Amino acid sequence: MDRARANRSSWLNDQRVRGLVYQTLLLAGIAALACGAIYNAVVNMRARGIPMGFGFWNDVAGFDINLHLINYSNLSTYGRAFWVGLLNTLLIAVISIPLATLLGFVIGVARLSPNWLLSRFALVYTSIMRNTPLLLLLLFWYNAVLKSLPGPRQSISIGDVVFLNNRGLYLPMPVARDSAVWLLGAVLTAIAVAIRVCVWARRRQERTGAQTPTALVAAALLLGLPTAVTAVAGAPFAFDVARLSGFNLKGGLQIIPEMAALVFGLVTFTAAFIAEIVRAGVLAVPVGQSEAAGALGLHRGLSMRLVVIPQAMRLITPPLTSQFLNIVKNSSLAVFIGYPDLVQIFAGTVLNQTQAAVQVMAITMAVYLIISLTVALALNTFNARYALKGR
Amino acid sequence: MASLGYIREAPELEESPPALSSGALAWARANLFSSIGSTVVTIGCVALVAYLLPQVVAWATTRAIWSASNGAACRQHQDGACWAFVIAKWDYLRFGSYPIAERWRVDVVEAIGAALIIWLLWIHAPRRVLGALLFFVAYPILALILLHGSPWLGLPIVDTQLWGGIFVSLLTAVVGIVFSLPLGVLLALGRRSRLPAVRAASVVFVEFVRGVPFITILFMANNLLPLFVPETWTPDRLLRPLAGIIIFSAAYMAEEVRGGLQSLGKGQYEAAMALGLNYSRMTALVILPQALTLVIPGIVNNFIGLFMDTTLISLVGATDFLEAMNNAIKDPVWAGPTIMVTGYVFAGIFYFTFCFGMARYSAHVERILAKGRK
Repeated sequence: MDRARANRSSWLNDQRVRGLVYQTLLLAGIAALACGAIYNAVVNMRARGIPMGFGFWNDVAGFDINLHLINYSNLSTYGRAFWVGLLNTLLIAVISIPLATLLGFVIGVARLSPNWLLSRFALVYTSIMRNTPLLLLLLFWYNAVLKSLPGPRQSISIGDVVFLNNRGLYLPMPVARDSAVWLLGAVLTAIAVAIRVCVWARRRQERTGAQTPTALVAAALLLGLPTAVTAVAGAPFAFDVARLSGFNLKGGLQIIPEMAALVFGLVTFTAAFIAEIVRAGVLAVPVGQSEAAGALGLHRGLSMRLVVIPQAMRLITPPLTSQFLNIVKNSSLAVFIGYPDLVQIFAGTVLNQTQAAVQVMAITMAVYLIISLTVALALNTFNARYALKGR
Repeated sequence: MASLGYIREAPELEESPPALSSGALAWARANLFSSIGSTVVTIGCVALVAYLLPQVVAWATTRAIWSASNGAACRQHQDGACWAFVIAKWDYLRFGSYPIAERWRVDVVEAIGAALIIWLLWIHAPRRVLGALLFFVAYPILALILLHGSPWLGLPIVDTQLWGGIFVSLLTAVVGIVFSLPLGVLLALGRRSRLPAVRAASVVFVEFVRGVPFITILFMANNLLPLFVPETWTPDRLLRPLAGIIIFSAAYMAEEVRGGLQSLGKGQYEAAMALGLNYSRMTALVILPQALTLVIPGIVNNFIGLFMDTTLISLVGATDFLEAMNNAIKDPVWAGPTIMVTGYVFAGIFYFTFCFGMARYSAHVERILAKGRK
């Protein structure tokens, strides 16, 4: 009888039954919330005359965008505006990520330098950047620096080739001539030959132990061949330099101040975080590793390159990737200084004009989510491949 | 026969060590002039400091304008900061448009909040659980009554549209932490739960929020929240960004807490189960106290990020400190080129002091915890 009672009370205390009940309750709660939200949204949207579908996608946008990588005019559709915004967001990422990585590694190495002053400089830089809001940096560069520059007629110029004024930075624009094809061919050939040389040198070292100065050979190839071809075939590019006409500069490659401020702010801000990641990664490699490398007769540079950095990269890569994603996500601060990125154009102007808040926000968030998840997937693959194999 | 042995009878005279093996000079040689490259870098750095520092100091002090009733003096002397502007706008920067007669209420709320936060952050303070209860339960209610007002108690209602300045920045960050920490703990526990539906719901929420920019969450809270609730509710204009910040920071808090949960040894769970504790008791009495102490530095770092992110709420119409500064800069009485630089530099100093102080605190706690775990 005791046994029977124990069994009877046990189904209430059975973990599986309880688990099922809890999960059912949770799912029911989520479903109720979702249904309530959808019902309210439909009622509210009907009442306010907000469009329900995605029909607005093919309507004429009617506004201009001052930076577009694909053809766009105010007669283009909202869908076209979406692609313009997305490309502008990606443009910022493509420019900022390499620059921030480069600056971050330089500062991270400076932070590890045996020179005390240099290391302090790097420390001050990272402390300031990591404890100041990015928005403040952007507003400072945009409002207080770039917008306060003189007008086009009083541009600051470097040798009458590069101009800086409150309408942006003007660089000479390279325009390809016919002979550019030859240059392209020369560069590609040089790269191909250099790769062959490296492969051959590695095989030779594995076979005989003899080393080849591959870096020297590759540099000679990559610099020499294009120079020689240029000398024979003539200059591959003509440069279109901006010049003053009327009240504005014409020609050249204009980088709008919004973009300059955004890239500059993102790069200087993110570089501080990357520097800390690099420093932590290098410090996490046990001292024994570089001591062992020294005992094998490698000098400091080689032991860094062949022993310490490859091991540090395993630790650096995951947080570095999340900093790259942060650049993509933080580029949405563009909306504060008027750079036409995805959020400013689509979640800003298009949302206000069409009132289709639910659809526009869903698309915008989906874009960022897809980017994040893709990168996360790539990172997981990388980790699975390069993680320390358990012993 | 001459003696072949030699016996020293007096000790050798003591000599001081070589000049360059210890002391300031040795340090300088090892750390500043160890090689030609290092020497060049040192000279470059010293030259840079010698060139820039006097200019920056002069800009901020001797050439700056400390008192003026409007921007005329600052527009004339453009080679120095215009601190007079910050002094004149200080009250606005602190309170926004909060009615002057009611500003003592903000002061009281800030003072109580500061006292409670010190209580919580001081590792060896007595009765920290009581402090946590007061901070997470009683304080929000008291703050709401005091700030918003209650006709019953004779406190006139102050519309949230009038709230602004430093006080809104602090309020947003504190509301973010007060609500997102418990939510984050729940999400972290959910993510480690053995119930698949609970785990899936937590993972989807956390990864979704972490995958999108904060701005889109703010836009969602501002534009979609009013659509998702019955038409008669119409959430308050300040409540919407607050909801956004809670959602956003809960996801990041959850990851922080999950890290703490993961770093606890399996033995802790097994020992608790062996004692016959059920899930909720095991979590509340054994797991969370240890995990939460471990992640205090992480939580503080999260709070720093949260505090900096509050600058974005101006996008949806709230007036935080930075937005108040932006408004003050645009005041035609003061407007001028040095005003803008002064304003942003001051804002920078403010955020830096706040965040750097907290970062130092978090590093300090981390050291204490590391000591305890050795």
